[in-house]
Amino acid sequence: MEPLGEVLKQVQGYIYPNEVELHWSLLIVVYPYVTGLVAGAFILASLVRVFNVKELQPTYRLSLLTALGYLIVAPLPLLAHLAHPERAFEIFLTPNVHSAMAMFGFVYAWYLMVVLLLEIWFDYRKDLVLWSAQEKGVRRWVHWILTLGATDLSSKAVRFDQSAGRFITIIGIPSAFLLHGYVGFIFGSVKANPWWSSVLMPIVFLFSAIVSGIALVLLLYVISTLLRSKVVDMLCLDKLASFLFYALVVDFSLEMLDFIHRLYEAEESIGILSQLVSSRLFLSLVILQALLGTILPLLMLGIISPALRGRGSLKTPDELRRLLYVAAAALIQVGIFSTRWNVVIGGQLFSKSLRGLTVYKMQLLGIEGLIVAGFLLLLPLLLLLVLIVLLPPWPEAEAHLPEAA
Amino acid sequence: MPQQLARLLVVFAVFTGGLVVTRHLLIPKTFGQRGHYRAAAVTTIQVRPLRYAGREACADCHADIVGLHGKGRHQTVSCEVCHGPAAAHTLAPVENQLPAPRKRAYCPLCHGYDPSRPTGFPQIDPVSHNPMKPCITCHNPHQPEPPHVPEECGACHGEIARTKAVSRHALLPCTQCHNTPVQHKVDPRLLHPDKPRNREFCGQCHAKDAPSPREIPRIDLATHGGRYLCWQCHYPHMPEVD
Amino acid sequence: MEKPLSDNPGSQEAICDSRRDFLHTCSLAAPLLLLALQAKLVRAFAASEPVYNPREHRYGMGIDVSRCIGCGRCVDACKNENDVPREPFYFRTWVERYVINSGGDTSVDSPNGGISGFPAITSEKGILRTFFVPKLCNQCDDPPCVQVCPVGATFATEDGVVLVDRDYCIGCRYCVQACPYGARFIDPRSRTADKCTFCYHRITRGLLPACVEVCPTGARVFGDIKQRSSPLARFTRFHKIHTLKPHMNTKPKVYYADLDEEVR
Repeated sequence: MEPLGEVLKQVQGYIYPNEVELHWSLLIVVYPYVTGLVAGAFILASLVRVFNVKELQPTYRLSLLTALGYLIVAPLPLLAHLAHPERAFEIFLTPNVHSAMAMFGFVYAWYLMVVLLLEIWFDYRKDLVLWSAQEKGVRRWVHWILTLGATDLSSKAVRFDQSAGRFITIIGIPSAFLLHGYVGFIFGSVKANPWWSSVLMPIVFLFSAIVSGIALVLLLYVISTLLRSKVVDMLCLDKLASFLFYALVVDFSLEMLDFIHRLYEAEESIGILSQLVSSRLFLSLVILQALLGTILPLLMLGIISPALRGRGSLKTPDELRRLLYVAAAALIQVGIFSTRWNVVIGGQLFSKSLRGLTVYKMQLLGIEGLIVAGFLLLLPLLLLLVLIVLLPPWPEAEAHLPEAA
Repeated sequence: MPQQLARLLVVFAVFTGGLVVTRHLLIPKTFGQRGHYRAAAVTTIQVRPLRYAGREACADCHADIVGLHGKGRHQTVSCEVCHGPAAAHTLAPVENQLPAPRKRAYCPLCHGYDPSRPTGFPQIDPVSHNPMKPCITCHNPHQPEPPHVPEECGACHGEIARTKAVSRHALLPCTQCHNTPVQHKVDPRLLHPDKPRNREFCGQCHAKDAPSPREIPRIDLATHGGRYLCWQCHYPHMPEVD
Repeated sequence: MEKPLSDNPGSQEAICDSRRDFLHTCSLAAPLLLLALQAKLVRAFAASEPVYNPREHRYGMGIDVSRCIGCGRCVDACKNENDVPREPFYFRTWVERYVINSGGDTSVDSPNGGISGFPAITSEKGILRTFFVPKLCNQCDDPPCVQVCPVGATFATEDGVVLVDRDYCIGCRYCVQACPYGARFIDPRSRTADKCTFCYHRITRGLLPACVEVCPTGARVFGDIKQRSSPLARFTRFHKIHTLKPHMNTKPKVYYADLDEEVR
């Protein structure tokens, strides 16, 4: 009880006695952050598949695998945060249809099973069949199992793969919107909490998800290409940066709309929320989220990427531009993580009596501590590594049908 | 049907089938009987043990005290307020003796002066009210009528007494404005003190030509305050002037 | 008057009430008696349908703000009756003190939920008005906590009381977030959500909730909304009633009389 006693001493103003314990901690910050990366990476893949943005082809498979790696991890912070994880299966047994959270299992299952796995499967099936034919040992068996025995490589079958993949991507776009819009809805629909309760919440979550997903794939693409000592495709990178810029503009506009709307309506909660922003959230919201995580990358990308003018407002050598893109993408990750922090933790730092502020004491050890959260943020990258070994996303690894070779 | 589709359908069928079967096996029996919850949970909650027996239970054995208590000012105060939860005591009276608070610190929980308490609720200043003496030396908690009629109105009307004490009206006795029947001090709800009814009452001191000391502020009763009665603007126990 | 005051466990010979003597004699058999009585109670309520029909009731509570003296006996009784952890972070009910200054600023406190009263106000200067307000679960007719519970572990019974199934709660804490009144907490021992049940185990046996039982001034009134002659019906008839945060549209069944606008 010692930590709660410490919190009690730092309460400012009045909070309800039951509010001393802060209920959704660091793991619930990780959860929307990770889910956002899934949705964002998938939307990026669909740019290639559905909207035929040819320049982004080198990132297509990488973004699908990234999405999968993060999607597998997405429910883990939720599970770890439950006081009774052993009862989590009840969500599938007796889901309360009125509960936004109960729908998580279904949205997640839909997205994982129907969208992401299928799209990856259809995209890789031809390669899986060919790989398993050429390889030996364990890889051969793994790849063969993954074909599910569907080894037909006739041109008709391959064409079916392609159209099925395209069809699933088309379903996938609204599904990705659903996945992350839904996470926003979990917060946005809590009428008891004025910081969360906003109709804009799902859509703000969605666009910040797209921003974070594109930025992540950009980072992974540059890093993986350099690690493999290949040449970074600057055309692809410029295009990525441009889309990142557009998404960031929309995201920033929505955030500002939300901010101005709250300020202008000036409801009952405005006093305590202003206090919250100017004191407890000043670092994470004003400095990290707005200045370093949004405005600075916006300026960088706006000036050097070809988003606004044909070859960038400021002509820069490729090396420098690449470095600046990576820097902007890294800043954006920090910014989006802060965004999640400010929503989840920020929404619990003020009392629902609107009369006081409390503090969040982050733990280092323990299931809800920093170490577990850090591990859950690293885990998707480890999974991605396994996936890359298993299903190499690089163009040179792609197998070709005998007649084409 | 393309080969791929056929294989996928098999995988999905196995998966969904498994889910449906496990779901059917695992849903608790009483779930959904009365609504979207386990009806058994209601029973679990209903059979929780009692700690407080309820005041009616006390009369079974303690008729004498309950009778005394029922006539006094503490009649609304349930026995278990002071004696604590008594369910165990009603089942095994000897093994589970109930405490009776005897320390001076206990009674002020209710009767210590606190301006947030409703006006008229009997409150004392624990520092100055017969210091050091346990309350029960003078007051029987089962019938707490004070041993003698309170001399000061402040014994019950602490908030007013305190307010008045630092106001310009500090030196006026309560009876200057309130005719207080003697009965009121014995049985406060039976007869109430009266209150001034007209401007002329205040005018006895504050009118221009009143025969009162010179330093008392004067007003012209004919023009000052218009249609309002004096106490609609000035609180007589703390007459603000501005 | 002197006799009961000097009463102590050592002077029990003085008591001549025959029923009491009888009980004393029986005291050796007390453990057995206890078991038998408890078993009887449990039996009566395990087959509760004939005894208690939830459809015949609809419970509510009235709170007369102008009667509350802030003694905190309700908070203490609640923790006793419902085995609520004694730490100052877990409350099924608590009492708040409001002090509104003539400048307009309001300060609120509830030290340890008011369980051992309130520290004296040092200076009364500048106080415009001040009062106590007991708080508890509002037993909403449209409870947001029930709406958000993913598994049906919190629910409204047929008599309108919102309960928690602690053997089914997964501990996601969404209900805690959804409650506008801060009425819920996670019991650190069972790691499940907990809150006021109107003392469901008492009211279904015809007793009053513990807080109502011990309120010395009658600031808490409990009753059946369906009954036209209950203390609650009379309370709601003769007072102007307000509920907490009505704009949340949760339709509380805790009715406040003489509530101040500063109370949230």
